[in-house]
Amino acid sequence: MTAAILPAAARLTSAHTRRQRRRLAVVAGAAFTLALAAIAGLAAGAVAIPPGAVLAALAGVGNDAVAAAVVVDLRLPRVLTGCLVGAALAVAGAAMQGLFRNPLADPGLVGVSSGAALGAVFVIVVLGDAAAPSRPLLLPFAAFLGALLATVVIQRLATFDGRTTTAMLLLAGIAINAIAGAGLGLAAFFSTDQQLRDLTFWTLGSLAGTDLRVLWTAAFAMLAAVLGLALFGRVLDACLLGEREAAHLGVDVERSKLMLIALVALGTGAAVAAAGIIGFVGLVVPHLARLLVGADHRWLMVVSALLGAALLLVADIAARLIVLPAELPIGILTSALGGPFFLALLLANRRRFAV
Amino acid sequence: MCVRSRLTLLLAVAAFVWPAHAAERLVAIGGDVTEIVFELGAGDRLVAVDSTSRHPEAADALPDVGYLRRLAAEPIVALQPDLVIASAASGPPIVLDQLRGAGLEVVMISDGPNVSGVVTKIGEVGRALGLEREAATLGAAVREDVERVQVALGAIAGRPRVLFMLDIGRGAPLAGGLETSAASIIELAGGRNAIEGFSGYKPLSQEAAIAAMPDVVLVPTRTLDAFGGAAGLFARPELRASPAAAERRVVAMDSLLLLGFGPRPGEAVTTLAGALHPELVVAAP
Repeated sequence: MTAAILPAAARLTSAHTRRQRRRLAVVAGAAFTLALAAIAGLAAGAVAIPPGAVLAALAGVGNDAVAAAVVVDLRLPRVLTGCLVGAALAVAGAAMQGLFRNPLADPGLVGVSSGAALGAVFVIVVLGDAAAPSRPLLLPFAAFLGALLATVVIQRLATFDGRTTTAMLLLAGIAINAIAGAGLGLAAFFSTDQQLRDLTFWTLGSLAGTDLRVLWTAAFAMLAAVLGLALFGRVLDACLLGEREAAHLGVDVERSKLMLIALVALGTGAAVAAAGIIGFVGLVVPHLARLLVGADHRWLMVVSALLGAALLLVADIAARLIVLPAELPIGILTSALGGPFFLALLLANRRRFAV
Repeated sequence: MCVRSRLTLLLAVAAFVWPAHAAERLVAIGGDVTEIVFELGAGDRLVAVDSTSRHPEAADALPDVGYLRRLAAEPIVALQPDLVIASAASGPPIVLDQLRGAGLEVVMISDGPNVSGVVTKIGEVGRALGLEREAATLGAAVREDVERVQVALGAIAGRPRVLFMLDIGRGAPLAGGLETSAASIIELAGGRNAIEGFSGYKPLSQEAAIAAMPDVVLVPTRTLDAFGGAAGLFARPELRASPAAAERRVVAMDSLLLLGFGPRPGEAVTTLAGALHPELVVAAP
């Protein structure tokens, strides 16, 4: 009898090892892609700088002042912002999809991003110049509060008796986007000309105009959110079975949900504070990652973070090279990419969503 | 050899001897700034402009660095300008800082939607380009043009109520309230702004439009086209019963000329004043 079991166990182990190996390969590939995208982000741009001069500028040893300014002051902050914003949005998307057990949960689609933008705009228009000195801290914080409020409302509305229905999720998202849109419109109506200029940044999204002081605070928050959410892999796996089942597995469901919601709001809020509303990254990337490594959230989070960062960097490089000497808003590119993807997703799941 | 060509020769020599003062590769941001650069005769030094710089035609043909409020730093750095001359409306501020950080000289030009604002603007552009004398001449000419219209208007009693409308492609058209460049040009051309209840450009409610009782409707040319000409404009419910509709008084002008407050306010004021007061006689310069 033992003779019969042993080969089976060995087969099982080797299947497990194969899968682990495959996942490690995917992580390595994603990390490599991100590294390439980051290098391209530092090397490519309107100003032609030879690779040697880019390295010299980064090392601080170059004698070309313009190259140094372009690489260190213009491209490096963009690449860092892109990495963090892409990773934060993608991981927040993956966490929301796990939390709501719904493939359509995306910070942009269900209104978390617009809630964050409304928070940021509130600081600019309502508090106005009085709050200007404390903006670097206040702005990400207000964006976080806006995102948190939106997430809590969605969670309350869409989840009933431990189950989330797609229809309620999307309807709640439509309502929240409409309310936030009304708030943004109202702010635009009452804002001064200068404030209006700031507002367009939040609604169109860009990696170019980030205030460095805001970026520091936001970067810290995004990093915390990405790392925090990555720790929730096991809990999210358990939640996939259903909330009651997760509780049976020893997960403190209510507490985990609260933590997850807070972290999603933190990541999305900080991403919006740093770069405005950039849609579809949180939707597209986790699906892509799931195709590559399966539904295990511990792997999903890591791969989503890497791919999200890489995707946003590539989109940003395209945004700054396509219409030279001008620049496209990056939101146009992510939406152009994400829109068709979203349609394909709907098409593939037509039967499941038609409840 | 006449005095003028001798002067030109002298200037040419001066420009050759002191090249450090004159920026040779300019990027102009803002339709009004670009226009002033051209009026001062420095249009050939421009290497790029923003997307609002549509006049003169030569400006429209130059490379376009995007909308003045959403600039990006690196493409401008790549053009290697020795001077970026930017309207106060340019932004975002961080991008302007980045340009300075990359070693570019950035000169901001103030933004005042009235005649003294234009003269200040012309003076600032002239100083930035090392063309102070040309700027003084142009500024004086602008003042004089507008002044002549004011003198002529002094002889005329009526001040028609003028409603400025701007179609933005969706929702109600915007109307020009207090403190707008539209209000300012209407005032200068001997009209009264029909909107007194708000400042800035706001969506015009139909009832507010009826209450404004405009004698004349003023629109950018593109807006009139969008409304389907004068017939379409006066068929709109908010205008159908207005005094303007009764006499079919609509004035359409190029929006940059009308609102830009570039170097042509003389032309703008003269044209508009002539349309508002057909009996007006402006003395020849």
